[in-house]
Amino acid sequence: MAQGFRILAVGVGGQGILLFSRVLGEAALVEGYAVAMSEVHGMAQRGGVVESNIVLGEVRSPYISPGEADVLVALEPVEALRALFRCRKEATAIVSTDPVVPQMVKDGLATYPDLPPLLEKLRTVLPRTYLLSGEDLARKAGSAKALNVVLLGALAGSKVLPLSKEAFLEALRRVVKPAYLDLNLRAFDLGYQAVLSAQ
Amino acid sequence: MHPLLAPKEGERRLLLGNEAIVRGALEAGVRVGAAYPGTPSSEIGNHLFALSQELSGLYFEFSVNEKVAMEVAAAAAASGLRSLTCMKHVGLNVAADPFLTLAYVGVKAGMVVVTADDPSCHSSQNEQDNRYYARLSGVPMLEPATPEEARAMTLYAFELSERLELPVILRTTTRVSHARGVVTCGKLADYTLFEKGRFEKDLKRWIPVPAVARERHRVLLEKAHEAEELAARSEWNRMVKRGPVGVVVSGVSVNYVLDAVKELGLEDELSLLLLGFTHPFPKSLAAEFLSGLERCLVVEELEPYLEEALKVVVAEKGLSVKILGKAEGYLPRYHEFHPGLVKEALARAFELDYRPPEFPDTSWIPELPPRPPTLCPGCPHRETYRVVKEVLRELGEEEKTIYPTDIGCYTLGLLPPLKMADYLLCMGSSVGSACGFSVATDQRIVAFIGDSTFFHAGIPPLINALYQGHRFTLVVLDNETTAMTGHQPVPSQELRPEPLKEKPVISITKFCEGLGIPTVEINPYKKKEAAEAIRPILSSGKLGVIVAKAPCVLYRAKFKG
Ligand SMILES: Cc1ncc(C[n+]2csc(CCOP(=O)(O)OP(=O)(O)O)c2C)c(N)n1
Ligand code: SF4
Repeated sequence: MAQGFRILAVGVGGQGILLFSRVLGEAALVEGYAVAMSEVHGMAQRGGVVESNIVLGEVRSPYISPGEADVLVALEPVEALRALFRCRKEATAIVSTDPVVPQMVKDGLATYPDLPPLLEKLRTVLPRTYLLSGEDLARKAGSAKALNVVLLGALAGSKVLPLSKEAFLEALRRVVKPAYLDLNLRAFDLGYQAVLSAQ
Repeated sequence: MHPLLAPKEGERRLLLGNEAIVRGALEAGVRVGAAYPGTPSSEIGNHLFALSQELSGLYFEFSVNEKVAMEVAAAAAASGLRSLTCMKHVGLNVAADPFLTLAYVGVKAGMVVVTADDPSCHSSQNEQDNRYYARLSGVPMLEPATPEEARAMTLYAFELSERLELPVILRTTTRVSHARGVVTCGKLADYTLFEKGRFEKDLKRWIPVPAVARERHRVLLEKAHEAEELAARSEWNRMVKRGPVGVVVSGVSVNYVLDAVKELGLEDELSLLLLGFTHPFPKSLAAEFLSGLERCLVVEELEPYLEEALKVVVAEKGLSVKILGKAEGYLPRYHEFHPGLVKEALARAFELDYRPPEFPDTSWIPELPPRPPTLCPGCPHRETYRVVKEVLRELGEEEKTIYPTDIGCYTLGLLPPLKMADYLLCMGSSVGSACGFSVATDQRIVAFIGDSTFFHAGIPPLINALYQGHRFTLVVLDNETTAMTGHQPVPSQELRPEPLKEKPVISITKFCEGLGIPTVEINPYKKKEAAEAIRPILSSGKLGVIVAKAPCVLYRAKFKG
């Protein structure tokens, strides 16, 4: 869609979706794009589903309807599947493949699906799907907590949005606390490279 | 420096709707803020609290509940200081009593009441539509659609309030309070000094005994008349007349309508009335808009509030336009909207052939494991539930016991394997409903309440229980913070930030002991000792209190960090 972009970011509480979307929004601002987003803050507890809707350019509604997301960024694979109906048929998906097992599963009250065949199927349904082990890359950068920024780097690397790498880097510098900047710049770069080499 | 103080006049920032409200209030020179937290309004109080520690010219308190917060803000405004209170939608139920009479006595300086509604109950027990409080109280209401409007409307709300000498409601919803958008900041007020106000006595104004109240009601209605004229001319109410089909819309749905208009290619045809100043309802403007239209779709979340006001205008003016709203089945009366839903309704009103966008095949996805929020690892609430459960199991009462519960992180005790939550209405209802169950049944009753909730609404029903002779055990989960809404302070906390160190610690244990109720305090992590300590109270079944004292692990971590 030439006039605007709708990006849906999903994950689990504690994974840093809010920081992810703040940096993305700031990057859009750096590039001079109009931007609107909405976050559901919900409760302070961890472990629930968290989503953030980000729209750029000619879209005003900070909320994405079924079948309308141009880009899906999932910090957790089951959450990618749960949000698939929100995507357009031609959407790009960027998915971290490391599971975060829900408490209900740990308590034996639900089962976590066998991922490999499902992720394989996801690729056929959405041909523009990038799968990466966000946690491995984040750890390589220095902390598993930088998973959100790895995925941000992957989003930048996919070049699906009209935002330059420099805009993302500037946004990171604006939003991230100086003490964590180096770690996050490394994480960003690892995500960026991972997607480039997959292309 | 607090990030909301940094932007200079004219600077653009990406702000949350709630942050934009705070920025607007700082530009308006708000002097006194008081609030009780509640999603989706909580960030407003959090920021004002932090700012009040930095700015000598700003006072803010987290009051024990919304009623008290409303009264604090009202008295400040009566003394000539601009004030603000904010709350989630149900908070206004608690504050409704002072609020409805505040509309009679009014204010001297501007006072803004922010109510944040939560269509779809993202973090609430109901999705009531607080626009009716504007109609009920007669107080003017503004409804922003974006963070940018939230800032500017807050600023205007203070002016409007001062002009009419009435409080003004600023009503948001989750998708406005928690939307982030580009906001152009204005000039900050001067906060170098806290200048005290002065309360001028006036028995005919501030004491609504019947003779005064009757007169003040008349004054209120007069002001409502003036406010309606302001609303009809307000720049917050924009009208564009084009073709014979129109839309009336307010709040976040304005965005959905404007997107849909563009995507359906209706820019040259559709007539639009975008409403931001919604109470008093600008009847003359609505009449002007509706005259000559054939059909008019009303796009508003929750109740048919504008829809019914429009139908009244149609009837009064004898217009022929057909109003298409909830009664006609165009849009639902429950849950928040999404842009696709509005697009579909608009296409239907225009009799366009429209199919919702197709999404990828999802038939191959198996049932996915649910991911409800859960108590954090190491949460003290879990430990308390376990030890109470264990003792009740020993007594053979675990299954038979009724567990009235309350609102907070600990409500998650409803999930397996704990399953210790059976009945809940609102904050404080654990104690009041325990009184009722004690009368109505022979079952054992063990009620749970958090510390913040205890101070908010748990004390009057506990006194009732003591006086009336009701029998139940009340477990107060004192985790030293209001965890659920983002760790706001509570009077019982010992672990507290530096600026609060001078305030007294109000011990829940001592309070209950002072009433003469059998009370024990436990450390829920020390299972054996705790079980010993609570066994007598639980086995007696008479009125007794267990205070489980251990800080929330996230709060403690935040505190140390
Ligand atoms: C009238 C009203 N005001 C505010 C809220 C929002 N709210 C829900 S629970 C809660 C307080 C929770 O604190 P506490 O009782 O200490 O429990 P914790 O979350 O710390 O376990 C608040 C403020 C509400 N639901 N109703
Ligand atoms: S935030 Fe605190 S009180 Fe709430 S679940 Fe986590 S540890 Fe428990």
